Amino acid sequence: MKAENKDRLLLRGGTVVDPQKQTTRRADVLVVGGCIEKVETSIPAAEGTEVLDCRGKHIAPGFVDMHCHLREPGREDEETIASGTAAALAGGFTRVCPMPNTEPAVDTEAQVRYQTRRAVEAGFARVHPVGCCTKARHGKELAEIGSMVEAGAVAFSDDGSPVSDAQVMRRVLEYCKAFDVPVISHCEVRELVEGYANEGRVSTRLGLKAGPDVAESAQAARDVLLAEFTRARLHIAHVSARATVDIVRWAKARGVQVTAETCPHYFTLTEDALASFDANYKVNPPLRSGDDRRAVVAGLADGTIDVIATDHAPHLKGEKDAEFDAAPPGIIGFETAFSLGYEKLVLGRVLSLADYVARLTVVPRRILNLPAAAVTAGSEAELVVLDLKAEWKYEPSGVLSLSRNSPFLGSTMRGRVSAVLLGERLFRL
Amino acid sequence: MTRRLADSKAVGVLVAKLAAAIGRHNRQVKNLALVGIKRRGVPLARRLAAGMRAGRKARVPVGAVDITLYRDDLQMVAEAPIVRGSEIGFDINGKTLVLVDDVIFTGRTIRAAVSELLDYGRPEAIQLAVLVDRGHRELPIQPDFAAKVIKTERTDIVDIFLKETDGRDEITLTRT
Amino acid sequence: MKLRSRHLLGIEGLDRSEILTILDQARTFREVLDRTIPIVPALRGRTVVNLFFESSTRTATSFSLAASRLSCGCVNFSKATSSVSKGETLLDTARNIEAMGVDGIIIRHQSPGAPHFLSRHVKAFVVNAGDGAHEHPTQALLDAHTLREKLGSLDGKRVLIVGDIAHSRVARSNLLCFTKLGAKVAVCGPPTMIPPDVEQYGCKVFYRLDRILHEVDVVNMLRVQQERITSSSFPTVREYRALYGLTVERLEKLAPEVVVTHPGPVNWGVEMDFDVAEFSRALVLPQVTNGVAVRMAVLFLLAGGDAQADKAG
Repeated sequence: MKAENKDRLLLRGGTVVDPQKQTTRRADVLVVGGCIEKVETSIPAAEGTEVLDCRGKHIAPGFVDMHCHLREPGREDEETIASGTAAALAGGFTRVCPMPNTEPAVDTEAQVRYQTRRAVEAGFARVHPVGCCTKARHGKELAEIGSMVEAGAVAFSDDGSPVSDAQVMRRVLEYCKAFDVPVISHCEVRELVEGYANEGRVSTRLGLKAGPDVAESAQAARDVLLAEFTRARLHIAHVSARATVDIVRWAKARGVQVTAETCPHYFTLTEDALASFDANYKVNPPLRSGDDRRAVVAGLADGTIDVIATDHAPHLKGEKDAEFDAAPPGIIGFETAFSLGYEKLVLGRVLSLADYVARLTVVPRRILNLPAAAVTAGSEAELVVLDLKAEWKYEPSGVLSLSRNSPFLGSTMRGRVSAVLLGERLFRL
Repeated sequence: MTRRLADSKAVGVLVAKLAAAIGRHNRQVKNLALVGIKRRGVPLARRLAAGMRAGRKARVPVGAVDITLYRDDLQMVAEAPIVRGSEIGFDINGKTLVLVDDVIFTGRTIRAAVSELLDYGRPEAIQLAVLVDRGHRELPIQPDFAAKVIKTERTDIVDIFLKETDGRDEITLTRT
Repeated sequence: MKLRSRHLLGIEGLDRSEILTILDQARTFREVLDRTIPIVPALRGRTVVNLFFESSTRTATSFSLAASRLSCGCVNFSKATSSVSKGETLLDTARNIEAMGVDGIIIRHQSPGAPHFLSRHVKAFVVNAGDGAHEHPTQALLDAHTLREKLGSLDGKRVLIVGDIAHSRVARSNLLCFTKLGAKVAVCGPPTMIPPDVEQYGCKVFYRLDRILHEVDVVNMLRVQQERITSSSFPTVREYRALYGLTVERLEKLAPEVVVTHPGPVNWGVEMDFDVAEFSRALVLPQVTNGVAVRMAVLFLLAGGDAQADKAG
């Protein structure tokens, strides 16, 4: 993916989406020296200004993915920070938050700095690392959270594993209050989980080792109560079950400082996809029932679920091309997230376009204390150009991630990111 | 173009002629048994046994073989819905068997039937009786008894209809 | 009549008429097994491999025997003697074996769906000889064959499957097979061993054996897996036997025509008393013999029929 440097760029004829005010309006956007100079209904192109034709397109702030896996350090064969951030950019994500379950895990300031620096070197999406909340993600002793905050970590999680010990979780929540950073909880009562199929009708039929929805919701219940008790900030990762949605809704009504995310596969797919035993449908938490899927959509609609994150989890073909039990869980998601959400949620009349964009922009920024995103004069240019009319086929050859583990390969998608502007650098897709 | 080679009456004559020939040849044989090849060889064998009863003290037992599992072409699954199974209700060891089929053509069916019979035991001898020999052998196998020899082209189709299986007795030749 | 699929991956993919085709074919092969020379040349020149990632003497032996009765070559591959322990993947193993030129792969694997996965990656036909807790189709077919021999037909018969339904591939395949053949099936076991939504198979669920046992025609006992004994699925073997075991006392109370089946190997003294074997209605051994005939039928129907056509004459 190549950037073109544009000193003066006029994005002409597009519709600007303001996720903050939840509005859309026809406007031209003039970017000079990487900063937005003007946003007006009609801006004439002065001499020396390049014009990007945005007629029929939408312009929005760059997306933030607060939950992904970039695999570096440790599994650079699956993904590197460079390849992952390029794939992210192709999906419209200008900032991503890699989870710390690398090898070794990101539990020191040095590692946080390393990841951030690698991203700057690559020059694609920015990286805001999530640090471990416990040393080596063992769930026993607190990691050096304060030092990692200093180094740029924006949230803390042992993602991939739950913090099983309630006392440790309590301490993590309490400790993070000092830095006003959220704790991201991977909710999974491990003792209840035998495998990564949803325990129910389909797992019974297929004989797959399974985990019940209560493995997620029981821990979510514990964690929201701990967050209430400690008055700390909690964010529930990858919500997949109806009961979890209900618990988050209940907790919010009580005034608990809790937010939640879900991923495109939880509002587009169900456990029925497992009938083929294709390991590209193996994710953790597992794809659940149609009822759970509907509850996740309803949770997005009423704001119980705040954010859409990808849980982009690259795995090699050789690892996924295996019997279901042997394959690792996880699928890639950067390059399909926007389109899947657009089709399911916007065209499906669950969210307005502006609200949908908010779940990818202002909401995660607020949770992570990142600078607010806006297409307004005076701010740095961090924009995506969206072609909502585009229909495109998701093909392996076009994938920028080093891995190809997506159940959506071969599908026709609606709506796509057609360009990304990062300061002076324009990426055409 | 289909031509009738024998009507019901003529078939009756052929069967009687065949029964007589087998009986005459095996006058001295005590342990005689007939084995029909499924499907039309079986009713034919029963008719032959009935026809031979007159000249013999003991009834001649009749068995049946299904050669599907012994064929040298593996098309059988497509062709034969179900292997119907062989039914030989007597011990073939030491017996003189007359293998019976309606028609002999390439000889491959007979080869398969002989192979199968030998898996059941060790008969004293095996003879072969057919209603029609239409030639074009692919194996060195010749009938001991053939009621009728017909000159045919390789591509001709000789159909033998029997009351038990087809509702009528008739022999036809179709030139393609 | 050909089966619709080139593979036998489960009872799930078979319809009633296909099941009956296999069972009718098995009946023919049962006769072959009684011959002086119980071998037919039907699959001469063909080779299958027993690819067993879980130990199973009887199923592997039954398939080998079935193959040899059809003059089909059979090689055995077991996890212990292979490079699987050296980190080779299932796909590597299968492709290597296929490159050696086998026509069919008979696979037993601990992972549900492993045969399905394999069938998408190899040219050979694939027979599922047990995949995790998913299916064990040839076991279901041989149980159905045995029951048909004894009862004539399964239509309207009341079958009770007793034991660890949740972790049993035999239970799943039998539920599918028996219901497709018209039986009314119920399952019985402690609630810890009944999987969620098992009613989707069209069966009733009972937690107490004595409430249902007197109402059935067939009792299909399942083996209690050793690992269940230590995973708090039930408190003790003693209590399991008392509540769910087919004891001599329970057997004697059953109507004389009720038959008992078990996929084997039996944990004597746990799910069945030692002395149950002495009762003629316990069909454990006929099941083993029929297993060979059923597997012959399966191999014959899957392996037959693509050689040079040559009209017999």
